[in-house]
Amino acid sequence: MIFSRTLLKRHSVLPGFDLSLGFALLYLSLIVLIPLSAAFLKTFTLTWSQFLEATTTPRVLASYRLSFGASFLAALLNAAFGLIVAWVLVRYEFPAKRMVDALVDLPFALPTAVAGIALTAIYSGNGLIGQWLPFKVSFTPIGVWVALVFIGLPFVVRTLQPVLEDLNRELEEAAATLGANRWQTFCKVIFPILMPALLTGFALAFARALGEYGSVIFIAGNMPMVSEITPLLIITKLEQYDYAGATAVAVVMLVAAFVLLLVINLLQAWARKRQGGL
Amino acid sequence: MSSAPHALDAPQQTVSAGGLSPQAIRGATTEPAWVRRLLIGTALAFMTLFLFVPLATVFYEAFKKGLDVYLASITEPDALSAIQLTLIATAISVPLNLVFGVAAAWAITKFDFHGKSLLLTLIDLPFSVSPVIAGLIYVLIFGLQGWWGEWLRDHDIRIIFAMPGIVLATVFVTFPFVARELIPLMQAQGIEQEEAARVLGANGWQIFWRVTLPNIKWALLYGVILCNARAMGEFGAVSVVSGHIRGQTNTMPLHIEIAYNEYQFAAAFAVASLLALLALVTLALKYVVEQRVKHQKRAMGDRAE
Repeated sequence: MIFSRTLLKRHSVLPGFDLSLGFALLYLSLIVLIPLSAAFLKTFTLTWSQFLEATTTPRVLASYRLSFGASFLAALLNAAFGLIVAWVLVRYEFPAKRMVDALVDLPFALPTAVAGIALTAIYSGNGLIGQWLPFKVSFTPIGVWVALVFIGLPFVVRTLQPVLEDLNRELEEAAATLGANRWQTFCKVIFPILMPALLTGFALAFARALGEYGSVIFIAGNMPMVSEITPLLIITKLEQYDYAGATAVAVVMLVAAFVLLLVINLLQAWARKRQGGL
Repeated sequence: MSSAPHALDAPQQTVSAGGLSPQAIRGATTEPAWVRRLLIGTALAFMTLFLFVPLATVFYEAFKKGLDVYLASITEPDALSAIQLTLIATAISVPLNLVFGVAAAWAITKFDFHGKSLLLTLIDLPFSVSPVIAGLIYVLIFGLQGWWGEWLRDHDIRIIFAMPGIVLATVFVTFPFVARELIPLMQAQGIEQEEAARVLGANGWQIFWRVTLPNIKWALLYGVILCNARAMGEFGAVSVVSGHIRGQTNTMPLHIEIAYNEYQFAAAFAVASLLALLALVTLALKYVVEQRVKHQKRAMGDRAE
């Protein structure tokens, strides 16, 4: 009764509000909120200078550079090729198109450890692709980037596809009748409409890449200062029973993730407004 | 409503621009053939390089040493116990998140209340948390140095490095899947049908089983499929809480890691091929269900017009 009296904005004839909301909140608290707050509470056992020290050692800083840098570059490549893939899937016809469309979701469905060992095998010195490359990919930061490209691939495609499908062709016809060539129409009419969704997809891919662990650790080689990502460093600290240190680094990553979540929400609101206005 | 009338697809009226022939309009709103071919080629090359080659590699490496080695790799005791543990952990976590997803979607889409958008954000939260951190938070609570560590040890209850920890970590990383699939659909469906059922005297459970569930069954199945795939394949979070005890707390992904690190590549890829197969089945089911949901949405959209 408590929820229906205090929270409900409007009376409803439908039953089950207290039960469903009560259960949802209880489950959410037990599984997500209380455990997550444990991470923040644990860091309060450190003083501010201890926290700074734990999160800014050269090894930790190197891992941030790699994690943020490789994630950014991977999301960038995904944005460029994701736009092409989404465009091709919505606008053109070609053989096996439906299969290709379904395959886009593979990184969501394929367990990260499986992707990790497959990519390592392909890009190692005697692997299918690795043997033809003049530089090493497996066990270097480039390998980290390759794995992050793989896992971030669906985000840009899947956020752009619905927007492209809803795109009003009349706008393009209007641009053409007003004398714009195809390239001008793309740059000045289509691209601005896609922009919010493209940025959202980029941010989603970036956020996912930042926390990724399974697909990266096999191909990275995990050398401290060179190819060690931040999530792995958290595990390393944990295995050395440095709980406070592990949690401090985890809190830095959590804050970065929450900021990204906020940015993504704002981008999505912008995208909805942009789409609604057309 | 399974007996919903199939809506007639109204032909799309295109407004023709003054005086131009249809061919000219089409030419003006698409690209020259060479650009089209170039873009299709680029997209396919990118997809082949980053998606198809890794997928094919899993099966190639798994069968490279022959069928005997493959079969031996997936039927050895450690592999079998890993498969068993993965199935049990999935069988517990997916139903839990299914019940949560339905409850949360019911509250969010059928009622208007304060704090709704906050609740929506919180449901999505596990997606933005690194799997490693998802494992870490349970270690902080249930681990030996954690909040309840000593109490649990005194009462001889094992959570971390045991099955309950693995289930908790799996539940966390698959938390939003079902709710996320249901909420947009149920939002679009509105509450008129449920209200009508209520006015006609149905009680809450009758409304849910006879009116709501038939309306959402495909989206529900879709959410369960995604949840299941992620639950079976979760690596990072489970890795932190499992302790990697062979034959006891190794799930399939962890078994793959250990075999791979011991240079038993054929064994690692053999078990990996089972998960890759699961991924392919997931994609196929997802495609089928997606078509159903699209169809349903279209039918609903036309009814609303």
